Amino acid sequence: MEVLDIIKPENQVFCKTKLMTNAALSYCPGCGHGTAHNLTMEVIDEMGIAEDTIGVAPVGCSVLAYDFMNIDMTQAAHGRAPAVATAIARTWPEKYVFTYQGDGDLAAIGTAETIHACNRGENIVIIFVNNGIYGMTGGQMAPTTLPGMKSTTSPFGRDVKTMGSPIKMTELVAQLPGTYYVTRQSVHTHKNVRKAKKAIKKAFENIKLKKGISFVEIVSNCNSGWKMTPNDANKWMEDNMFPYYPLGDIKVNGKLK
Amino acid sequence: MTEEIIIAGFGGQGVLSMGKILAYSGIMQDKEVSWMPSYGPEMRGGTANVTVILSDDRISSPYLKVFDTAIILNQQSMDKFEESVKPGGILVYDPNGITHHPTRTDIKIFQINGSKLAAEMGNKKIFNMVVMGAFLKIKPIVKLENVLAGLKKSLPERYHHLIPLNEKAMKIGMNNVTPYQVASQFAHN
Amino acid sequence: MSELKLMKGNEALAEAAIRAGVDAYFGYPITPQTELIEYLMSQKTEERTGMVCLQAESEIAAINMVYGAASTGKKVFTSSSSPGVSLKQEGISYIAGAELPAVIVNVVRGGPGLGTIQPSQADYFQSVKGGGHGDYKLYVLAPSSVQEMSDFVEDAFDIAFKYNAPVLILSDGLIGQMMEKVELKPQQKRRTDAEVIAQCGSWATTGKTKDRERNIITSLDLQSEKMEARVHRLLKKYEQMEKEDLRFEKINCDDAEYLIVAYGSSARIAQKAVEIARSKGVKVGLLRPITLFPFPKKQLFDLADQVKGILSVELNAGQMVEDVKLSTEFKVPVEHFGRTGGIIHTPEEILEALEQKIINNGSIRHHKTRESSIL
Repeated sequence: MEVLDIIKPENQVFCKTKLMTNAALSYCPGCGHGTAHNLTMEVIDEMGIAEDTIGVAPVGCSVLAYDFMNIDMTQAAHGRAPAVATAIARTWPEKYVFTYQGDGDLAAIGTAETIHACNRGENIVIIFVNNGIYGMTGGQMAPTTLPGMKSTTSPFGRDVKTMGSPIKMTELVAQLPGTYYVTRQSVHTHKNVRKAKKAIKKAFENIKLKKGISFVEIVSNCNSGWKMTPNDANKWMEDNMFPYYPLGDIKVNGKLK
Repeated sequence: MTEEIIIAGFGGQGVLSMGKILAYSGIMQDKEVSWMPSYGPEMRGGTANVTVILSDDRISSPYLKVFDTAIILNQQSMDKFEESVKPGGILVYDPNGITHHPTRTDIKIFQINGSKLAAEMGNKKIFNMVVMGAFLKIKPIVKLENVLAGLKKSLPERYHHLIPLNEKAMKIGMNNVTPYQVASQFAHN
Repeated sequence: MSELKLMKGNEALAEAAIRAGVDAYFGYPITPQTELIEYLMSQKTEERTGMVCLQAESEIAAINMVYGAASTGKKVFTSSSSPGVSLKQEGISYIAGAELPAVIVNVVRGGPGLGTIQPSQADYFQSVKGGGHGDYKLYVLAPSSVQEMSDFVEDAFDIAFKYNAPVLILSDGLIGQMMEKVELKPQQKRRTDAEVIAQCGSWATTGKTKDRERNIITSLDLQSEKMEARVHRLLKKYEQMEKEDLRFEKINCDDAEYLIVAYGSSARIAQKAVEIARSKGVKVGLLRPITLFPFPKKQLFDLADQVKGILSVELNAGQMVEDVKLSTEFKVPVEHFGRTGGIIHTPEEILEALEQKIINNGSIRHHKTRESSIL
């Protein structure tokens, strides 16, 4: 008996995102990565551009993004995804090229590549998942770790005097003339998921305009790294992350809000 | 035939471009050529030199210690390169600014008053082509017509109107090069 | 239709790349390589052939751009000089690990550190023994003339696409900056996107079509067995390179009693030393490895039965000499000679070293017959 014999298409209200593979997600339960993956693939599927899309995976928790996204993907060295995507977009100008990066990848080791790809206005989408910690390697301090926040490399809390302040990459790149759309979203509630999807869709549609880079930050939780339950992590994110990293559009159609 | 040449003087005298024109002329005459600018500790002090080799065979080392011909355009280069001429070889120099003239008697020495002649022509920039003419008179390793063909090929079209001036300068150089006799009290091998 | 020109080595390489139908170049200026990127930028390559040329923000970005374009099957290369090539090593390791075709040019200057802007061959170890992390090798071509700077571009891409592996053109400041006559090949058309997909579609990330599984470019294998299989796959390629794509040149080796081994610019200077020695009746030969990996091991092993001693001449403190010793299995004395710091040895210095280190000091020490200098 086939699935469709049980669930008639006309009765189906929900299904697995078509462009996601059948591989079980390796992310921790409650992590925002799975949702961010799903949204990205849904947008690509809905736009009908899967055959013309090339993704660039980072180093970090989402290093294995290509195990879950059923599209052509190149995995980049740590921080270098914007450089890799630059070359793909330049040599295949009609393709939809995106990077999917975490905070360590994009805002620490890859700062130069991020800034310069944005400054050149490469015709790509950058999806930046910011959870304020290095999840994959077991909870070390990220460039976006909040002041006072504990991690394995800031066990007594981030001391901004010696460790610097958390960097607001999204506000920073919005200042560059090469960015066309810069926004900050989250995926922890239904309402935010819908908003984030809209933002991702706008970003991919911008590629057709060839007017510059679209940069979508997704503030996310890391319940393992933060050592909280998923619910507590989401609450903590709302109370602590959002005041520092306020949600919403920062630059739309090349104009700062 | 292989001719190994060093051209040495101040930066700005057209040393490198003279070498380049010589090399291009060689190509026009179906020769193998190499052009190797001064590249080493000797670059310090504002002097410039270039090693140019023209040969009927594959050229081995583009970097040499001794030469068939030295074309010398300032005192520092005279001090450095007089000794590097092979016995029986040729030294051509512009006496302008030279206080210590060459003293070797086992080589053939020629003078060309290039800076003076170029000034008389009203164009100091043509100096290097006067010297080139002098050298080609002594050693006609490339024909004048091939030098002109080389100039035509290497110069952008907007400079082609200067080719007759270059030709004139070379001819003046050819007509004014004179052998130099080392005074016996200074002579050495 | 070919064309004769007088060009610098760096320029000849750049022009050859345009004519070879290369799709993209990503680089960063550094002496003595800068003429290469300057020449490309002066040529309006986008208009001439559609070739993409971009000055990256760093050598690191440039090599990762190469990784990106190569992952889609495009013909792509980068160039730099020693300190910049050090920065590229991580990317080169990824390209080797992900099995991508790409060409890297190193116009070597003296080191370590910022070193000197003058010519050197001190990056031999970095080029043939690894450079980046992990079990990989580069196919290394060492041009010794401006003509070879031009010719090796196409050769390098042929090898890169034959093996899906990075190829290094190891030049130096001398070959890069000198001018020689060069015969340029006619312009080739760049492949269309459809042709790229036809050639590389089985592995390249050009967009997943419905008729195939998705393509993934990665150097990561978290399962040890899979990673070992990948390493073994690389080793097989290197074995095949040694069998099928070794290149070298023998000059005056047939009757040689002494042998000089030299590559690139040193080979040119050493050839002059051989000419001078021969004119004085001393039978010296020259073996010029054109590929540094693969290395002419067997040829050296055989020559070691014929000659009395070998001098490895390199513009460094002694690097290739180790491979010469390994190849000859210590059958004859092997010595090194080379200047460093950007100083170029003269033919006369090479002969002096040959005389002191090999002829008077080496295998014929016991029956020293030659008192007169070969200089």
